[in-house]
Amino acid sequence: MSALKIKKGATSHSAYNLRPNFSDVIERHTLAVLVENEPGVLARVIGLFSGRGYNIDSLTVAEVDHTGHLSRITIVTSGTPQVIEQIKAQLGRIVPVHEVHDLTVEGKSVERELAMFKVSGKGEHRVEALRLADIFRANVVDSTLESFVFEITGAPEKIDAFADLMRPLGLTEVARTGVAALSRGD
Amino acid sequence: MTRQMTGAKMIVQALIDQGVDTVFGYPGGAVLPIYDEVFQQNSIKHVLVRHEQGAVHAAEGYARSTGKPGVVLVTSGPGATNAVTGLTDALLDSIPIIVLTGQVPTFMIGSDAFQEADTVGITRPCTKHNWLVKETDKLAGVLHEAFHVATSGRPGPVLVDIPKDVQFATGSYEARKPSTSHYQPQVKGDMEAITELAAAIEKAKRPVFYTGGGVINSGPGASQLLRELVEATGFPITSTLMGLGAYPASGEKWLGMLGMHGLYEANMAMHGCDLMINIGARFDDRITGVIDAFSPKSKKAHIDIDPSSINKVIRVDIPIMGDVGHVLEDLLKIWKSRGRKTNGEALAKWWKQIDEWRSVDCLKFKQSGKTIKPQYALQRLEALTKDHDRYICTEVGQHQMWAAQYLGFEDPNRWMTSGGLGTMGYGFPASIGVQMAHPESLVINVAGEASWLMNMQEMGTAMQYNLPVKQFILNNERLGMVRQWQELLHGERYSHSWSESLPDFVKLAEAFGAKGILCKDPADLDDAIMEMLNHDGPVIFDCLVEKHENCFPMIPSGKAHNEMLLGEADTQGVIDAKGSVLV
Repeated sequence: MSALKIKKGATSHSAYNLRPNFSDVIERHTLAVLVENEPGVLARVIGLFSGRGYNIDSLTVAEVDHTGHLSRITIVTSGTPQVIEQIKAQLGRIVPVHEVHDLTVEGKSVERELAMFKVSGKGEHRVEALRLADIFRANVVDSTLESFVFEITGAPEKIDAFADLMRPLGLTEVARTGVAALSRGD
Repeated sequence: MTRQMTGAKMIVQALIDQGVDTVFGYPGGAVLPIYDEVFQQNSIKHVLVRHEQGAVHAAEGYARSTGKPGVVLVTSGPGATNAVTGLTDALLDSIPIIVLTGQVPTFMIGSDAFQEADTVGITRPCTKHNWLVKETDKLAGVLHEAFHVATSGRPGPVLVDIPKDVQFATGSYEARKPSTSHYQPQVKGDMEAITELAAAIEKAKRPVFYTGGGVINSGPGASQLLRELVEATGFPITSTLMGLGAYPASGEKWLGMLGMHGLYEANMAMHGCDLMINIGARFDDRITGVIDAFSPKSKKAHIDIDPSSINKVIRVDIPIMGDVGHVLEDLLKIWKSRGRKTNGEALAKWWKQIDEWRSVDCLKFKQSGKTIKPQYALQRLEALTKDHDRYICTEVGQHQMWAAQYLGFEDPNRWMTSGGLGTMGYGFPASIGVQMAHPESLVINVAGEASWLMNMQEMGTAMQYNLPVKQFILNNERLGMVRQWQELLHGERYSHSWSESLPDFVKLAEAFGAKGILCKDPADLDDAIMEMLNHDGPVIFDCLVEKHENCFPMIPSGKAHNEMLLGEADTQGVIDAKGSVLV
């Protein structure tokens, strides 16, 4: 069965796939949800995930259109294709939700995350941390004689890899923003 | 056009603009300015309930029996929290209601003020949408939008939380105008998919229409189109609990209700069909039985206005997203233009099979002896009231299922019951809402004694407004459905499932100034029912029935449609450990 290609959904824009191929394989999807920036809207989205037992692997949110008061919520979630379709349909049902996009299926997309790492150490460890940071194009945003704070952006896998390398070199604290994502092309 | 007025006045003005004639409510500190405005006008009737839960169920009864949204006005804190059960009930059954709650003044929000509760936080998961209005200038717009959201798309409950200072302050009132918000649900179905369904109808050998509350919610026009479609195709039709009355019970294509306590022929047709056409139903677990064995050989079409209902539980082959009325109109047009074809030969064979299932006569029972069987009580109630201009409400439990089985509904909006949430205590206040909307009609609440006691305080409301609601209580001194499950699943250990210390219902009626009737002998039943019907005022009818009657047919948990139990003889050891964890 081919997809119905319904562009306009119940809340007028969601791309529901009413004839999905169902399998039992757990998939990871990145969803971009454009919402009216009104009080409680994030609670509605999060409440939907907790209330219906869906997973949130990562979530970022900020207002992206100040005049239109629209916020973009990027959610990385995982589930079987049937669950993913259900998540999208449920999101589309929330009244202040304008659009739901599944970046994983709607063509190619880029994902980026920003992270900060505090690495404490002396001597050779400190030199090695700096050398690896250079390879990963991480910037030093704060420094003392015995610590660095690195800032790094990239795909989540790159940040994971950097964290793995920093751990034996004295990694003491990590802050990550979660994934922001956009579709490629026009 | 904008006018300056206080927030409290705006609320009354917005309700008038929206065509509201009745509000169900209960005053309190945080809504006093609104009640002051209610006092100073005559356009809107206010019904003072005795508990906020009653207000919401009454509004639901009003909404279901009229097709118009129901309106509730309650205070902050406990007023709002008492409304939560009703809101959840309306959400599960897709009933449009607007609940207005008072809130502590904006400058006190978050300070744990007297009667403060995070109302929008508490009601977020049990409303379709809710709003906290912090500026009087925005109040009118939100109120009009609340009506738009509650009534469009899949209907549901909404709540507007209004702090007291917003009610006192003056702002500009905007008159009602067509909604310009982005929330404009799609009502037209995809023509390609509808054509595919028309083609499937032409080829079907063993079809069945499976309809639900969506037909009722779509309006009387949708029921009319459904009747036309059924007559034109000659296909059999069954319905969920919520959809009763969309197709007349006296219609020859009617198979009766389906599901856990549905009719044998309806469930067997669902199991054996090759084309299932779901119109405005949602494959609820009371309907499907065990998913893996649900109608294994059928092609399934599903018409639903809510895309999240499609493929949620059952994977369907022909999904059609749209309003039932609009889709049926297009479907009829397309099917007729293609030559009104059906597979007559195969259909005749299918009907022959269905008639065999019908001949099992799954609702048969024997009334004998000196005890009234609950089925008999409903059969007599049906016989003596079916020609009346009649509305039926129910509570939740065995009596509800028997009412669905033994009462016939000829028209939509005549049947008010708590389907999705299964709220005991729903029926009595709902009957009050129905009677307010239809003062000249006969309104009966078929109840069990335990459910009825949950909102019995509303007798005061019925008396105050002289609402002649008939409370037809099938009194088995048991929580009948709980008792039935304990018998079947828990080794007949009847843990806390009997009603001890019951009131004398006749005296209780008299204490409220109403009429009470006790009936325990089958020979007296007809006269007693007539006495109830002839009394101009509220009646509590205490019908003492067989205490250990079980409700059949029954699809046990974890079983399929073709594994129904038809009577006591079938019940031994039928539910295995896996089935017993299901509710």
